[in-house]
Amino acid sequence: MELLSGGDMLVRALQDEGVELIFGYPGGSALHIYDAIFRQKGIKHVLVRHEQGATHAADGYARSTGKAGVVLVTSGPGATNAITGIATAYMDSIPMVVISGQVPSDKIGEDAFQETDMVGCSRPIVKHSFLVKNAEEIPEIVKKAFYIASTGRPGPVVIDVPKDVTNPADRFPYRFPEKVRMRSYTPAGKGHSGQIRKAVALLLSAKRPVIYAGGGVVQGGGAELLTELAQRLNYPVTNTLMGLGAYPGSDKRFLGMLGMHGTFEANTAMHHADVILAVGARFDDRVTNTPNKFCPGAKIIHIDVDPASISKTIVADVPIVGTVQSVLGEMLEMLKSSDEQPDQSAIVDWWRQIDDWRERHGIYTAPRYRTDGALIMPQEVIRAVYDITEGDAFVTSDVGQHQMFAAQYYLFDKPRRWINSGGLGTMGFGLPAALGVKIAHPDKEVVCVTGEGSIQMCIQELSTATQYHLPVKILCLNNQALGMVKQWQEMQYEGRLSNSVYEESLPDFVKLAEAYGHLGVKIDRREELHDKLQEAFAIKDRTVFIDVYVDPSEHVYPMQVMPNGSMRDMWLSKTERT
Amino acid sequence: MRRIISVLMENEPGALSRVVGLFSQRGYNIESLTVAPTEDATLSRLTLVTIGDDHKIEQVTKNLNKLIDVVKLVDLTEGSHIERELLLVKVRASGAQRDEIKRSVDIFRGQIVDVTSNMYTVQVAGTGEKLDAFLQALGEHTIMEVVRSGVSGIARGEKVLSV
Repeated sequence: MELLSGGDMLVRALQDEGVELIFGYPGGSALHIYDAIFRQKGIKHVLVRHEQGATHAADGYARSTGKAGVVLVTSGPGATNAITGIATAYMDSIPMVVISGQVPSDKIGEDAFQETDMVGCSRPIVKHSFLVKNAEEIPEIVKKAFYIASTGRPGPVVIDVPKDVTNPADRFPYRFPEKVRMRSYTPAGKGHSGQIRKAVALLLSAKRPVIYAGGGVVQGGGAELLTELAQRLNYPVTNTLMGLGAYPGSDKRFLGMLGMHGTFEANTAMHHADVILAVGARFDDRVTNTPNKFCPGAKIIHIDVDPASISKTIVADVPIVGTVQSVLGEMLEMLKSSDEQPDQSAIVDWWRQIDDWRERHGIYTAPRYRTDGALIMPQEVIRAVYDITEGDAFVTSDVGQHQMFAAQYYLFDKPRRWINSGGLGTMGFGLPAALGVKIAHPDKEVVCVTGEGSIQMCIQELSTATQYHLPVKILCLNNQALGMVKQWQEMQYEGRLSNSVYEESLPDFVKLAEAYGHLGVKIDRREELHDKLQEAFAIKDRTVFIDVYVDPSEHVYPMQVMPNGSMRDMWLSKTERT
Repeated sequence: MRRIISVLMENEPGALSRVVGLFSQRGYNIESLTVAPTEDATLSRLTLVTIGDDHKIEQVTKNLNKLIDVVKLVDLTEGSHIERELLLVKVRASGAQRDEIKRSVDIFRGQIVDVTSNMYTVQVAGTGEKLDAFLQALGEHTIMEVVRSGVSGIARGEKVLSV
């Protein structure tokens, strides 16, 4: 059998696992591993500028491909810098394997240089973690890590590797396990057929049904089946922020996003629904508003791969634990072989009601923002980019107003196109995530929608874009303030803008982009918006930073009334409420 | 409601901290916790006592089951079960007190396991309630030090928790 050092074993095991790409940053404890990377050809390593960027880039890669993202960092600050990105992946159930260097085994616990208890630090935000004790364990730990990260409800897995374990002088026989079996880990597979039959009967009996689909449908590869199911039944569909793209955004049955900044028709339809089919969604507090006022008349069918997500905040009437693919597949089979049909006249009435809501306050039936002013409105920027990219771009986002505008106004027809930090709400996510997406999809248009606040949280990754020639578009909706914070301060704190404005401190983003070797475009006149965007998007071989000065006073609407509001209680503008 | 949850888990470093971490992270409480390896050295048996309504306990057990190290678990309080806790207590015992304490120990079917001229160390096993009652019988003035093991439990009958 071949003899390899721990460092070589780790890299070989990653190759054998099919890893093509690692995002990382070297340092003392990881140097043996980095040397092993240097001496091989199979895996490409992308050097980021900050470990947070590595995790977000791996995350973007994972979300856009469905494969686990891989991160390599050193001990201590390298590891702690990765924490935000690990938590981001954990909250959104993204498959990721993070390998962290650790001080040598005999130094652990001695407050050694760059020592941090990474397994301890990351414990609440990982699906699982391993501390490697000796080199012979490495192949099996790698196999297990990928298996755990990518199956069931996916999530990040940390492998902490003490430096002595990777010592090039110590060699051991290498064998990569074909399969791994763990008696303590059996991810859910098929759903319970009896429950599925009940769910189908309940669905067919519905008079006011809504299908509420979340990120689990995207992650679990269930978008096609969900689309087929909804179209077969002619039932309306709403997606969560994480679920956008799980159902085609441009289809007439799509009600838009639901929740805090969901559309009037989606939130109102949910409130009045008699049957809700929740698929791969977790009734997040940003969706349900006040839980005891949530959808008072609805029977709830809840499909999820994670039993702990079911009946956590909202009790399900028909819980089904299983993968969305198998459960939706079985539901469709039953529907196809059943003679029963939905109550057509009830469904027609329901659609009539929904269309009336759309007509009254829907954001897709008429612009609900100013269209005659001098200032550029953020919504129209997203609409313009949607038109220019023909709705076919990969869009990553940071966190704040721009994120909500992008979620509302860019209609995603395919899964894995909308990449944002929904659960943790991590500012700084967008740019590194876009780089991860671009590496995986070099021929596709990748747009990072950001704001002047978020972009500065990971702006150093502009340098990574230069080094690896990753021509993404950065679309900065610049309102010269922390827009969402400011919106809340204006709505709930009598306009006291505590630390949410930059005064005159913002950098010249055009010059900054140029300093990194990119192209910068500033757009601050409304009449130039379309032409300048067209020009910027025509450039395919360079990273372009498009700094668009938008109306700083604009708020995101609809916005659910809090606290104590129900789904349908919304602000529709600064002055108008449901 | 008080529940006794018995968990069979991998006897791996870090496994216990994951269980304890889960409780603090999700705001569940732990009244007591005991853990030791089983007859199969690769497995540990952990018994914990927690308090919560049915909804909370359902979440506790679901989230415990999600931990990769947890192989199986059972809520012992759902069925007929035996629970035991071990108490070691040092009590002041001199003069006439010595006989009186000895009688209390006999009533509670405990044993005196260490003696000096001024004190006894007493061992009592039983349910938490019984131990509470024994401590109350001793009276707080005589008690010098109390050590309780936390609850261990097992289901009655032929039902077993094993892989």
